[in-house]
Amino acid sequence: MSLGITFATAGRVLRQLRHDRRTVALLIVVPALLLALLYFMYDGAGGTFDRIALVMLGVFPFVIMFLVTSIAMLRERTTGTLERLLTTPLGKIDLLFGYGLAFGLAAAVQGTVATGAAYWLLGLQTSGNAGLVVLIAVVNAVLGVALGLFCSAFARTEFQAVQFLPVVVVPQLLLCGLFVPREQMAGWLEGISNALPLTYAVEALVQVGRSAEATTTMWRDLAIVAGAAVVALVLAAATLRRRTP
Amino acid sequence: MGTAIEVRDLVVERGRREVLHGITCTIPSGSVTGLLGPSGSGKTTLIRAVVGVQIVKSGEVTVLGRPAGSAPLRSQVGYVTQAPSVYADLSVRENARYFAALLGLGAAEADRAIADVGLADARGQLVGNLSGGQRSRASLACAMIGEPKLLVLDEPTVGQDPVLRADLWARFHELADAGTTLLVSSHVMDEAGRCDRLLLIREGRLIGDDTPAAIRTAAGTDDLEEAFLRLIREREQVTA
Repeated sequence: MSLGITFATAGRVLRQLRHDRRTVALLIVVPALLLALLYFMYDGAGGTFDRIALVMLGVFPFVIMFLVTSIAMLRERTTGTLERLLTTPLGKIDLLFGYGLAFGLAAAVQGTVATGAAYWLLGLQTSGNAGLVVLIAVVNAVLGVALGLFCSAFARTEFQAVQFLPVVVVPQLLLCGLFVPREQMAGWLEGISNALPLTYAVEALVQVGRSAEATTTMWRDLAIVAGAAVVALVLAAATLRRRTP
Repeated sequence: MGTAIEVRDLVVERGRREVLHGITCTIPSGSVTGLLGPSGSGKTTLIRAVVGVQIVKSGEVTVLGRPAGSAPLRSQVGYVTQAPSVYADLSVRENARYFAALLGLGAAEADRAIADVGLADARGQLVGNLSGGQRSRASLACAMIGEPKLLVLDEPTVGQDPVLRADLWARFHELADAGTTLLVSSHVMDEAGRCDRLLLIREGRLIGDDTPAAIRTAAGTDDLEEAFLRLIREREQVTA
């Protein structure tokens, strides 16, 4: 692994993003707009809006970065740039961490805008600090990036790649405790929920909503999400082969 | 003159079909070797084996004294794939600087390679907005950065205008004179005469491995296209 190559790769991914102004605009504006939609949906029921908006601040970056990364990586494969990169001194981990870094930074901007809009424009109230919400959102985005990089190995076309969204992302969303409290689920569903990383991200956000100070549970949950992201990146590295048939 | 590439009994299967049936050849360093053959003859597969991205069934490929694809070779071999493998959503210069950075080199080396392929005026343009010929030159520039000892080019001159094509071939020979080894594939026979050596490949077998002059003499014709045809017929008579 080389830090120079990792940073060069992250810079390259960000430059690609910069040339695509519409994507940048969508990345930054859409989560805030969706939160505004939630605000008007739950007009007058402040508690419900606070609960759902807080969870969504973590869910949006996860979903969006998963989708963006799996398409970006698929493009590397189909345009031949991946094959070419693997004949250069670039290491697999350099490439994957470069993507993680670039989209992590993009997620930090996205998360800051969305969180800022939620607190200042839409009156979101939490006991804990808004900075922690941004932190959890960024770690979640990196998890999305890592899973996206991993899943793109199993897709040959864009059509297949987008189908991994319902396969990988939607079950995590359904079982994370947002729709049905996890304790009320059937035992086996709760078991599955325990094994899904998004569950811990949502739990960490709920902790920020409830407690003025950062709790141990929140830090533990955040560590679990970060660990899951690292595992997914290592698995993604295992799917990158220098030699192909 | 040393040996840059040595291929011995190379057999490759792609999609359960054998596409190279035991290729053996050596490519001297500091030369321009043309790999010629019709579309589907196995040129790209052989090239992929040389740069070390092809899973091979049996045989050996040695590049600059090391097994093809081994880590120390990655900074010494420049590879241009058939479809231009550069980022369409980056400018020419951004592409070149990224590939320079992978080798630990800076902007000056990137800019020099861009000028070498005649894209200095287009360096600020997005690759996606370039013509097909310009795009493949952008891809070529990225491979030429850092003066690799071996340049492997899969059909680099397709779609280039004749003047540029002549310029590129002149550049290839300059590089070879300075000690670089070039392996250039093409399906256009009129390019064969520009090479120092020729490898003629058909249906996964080498049917000629010599200088253009020797191939012309052996086949008894000045026209390389005709010589290729005669070599094929000779072989078919031998096997029939």
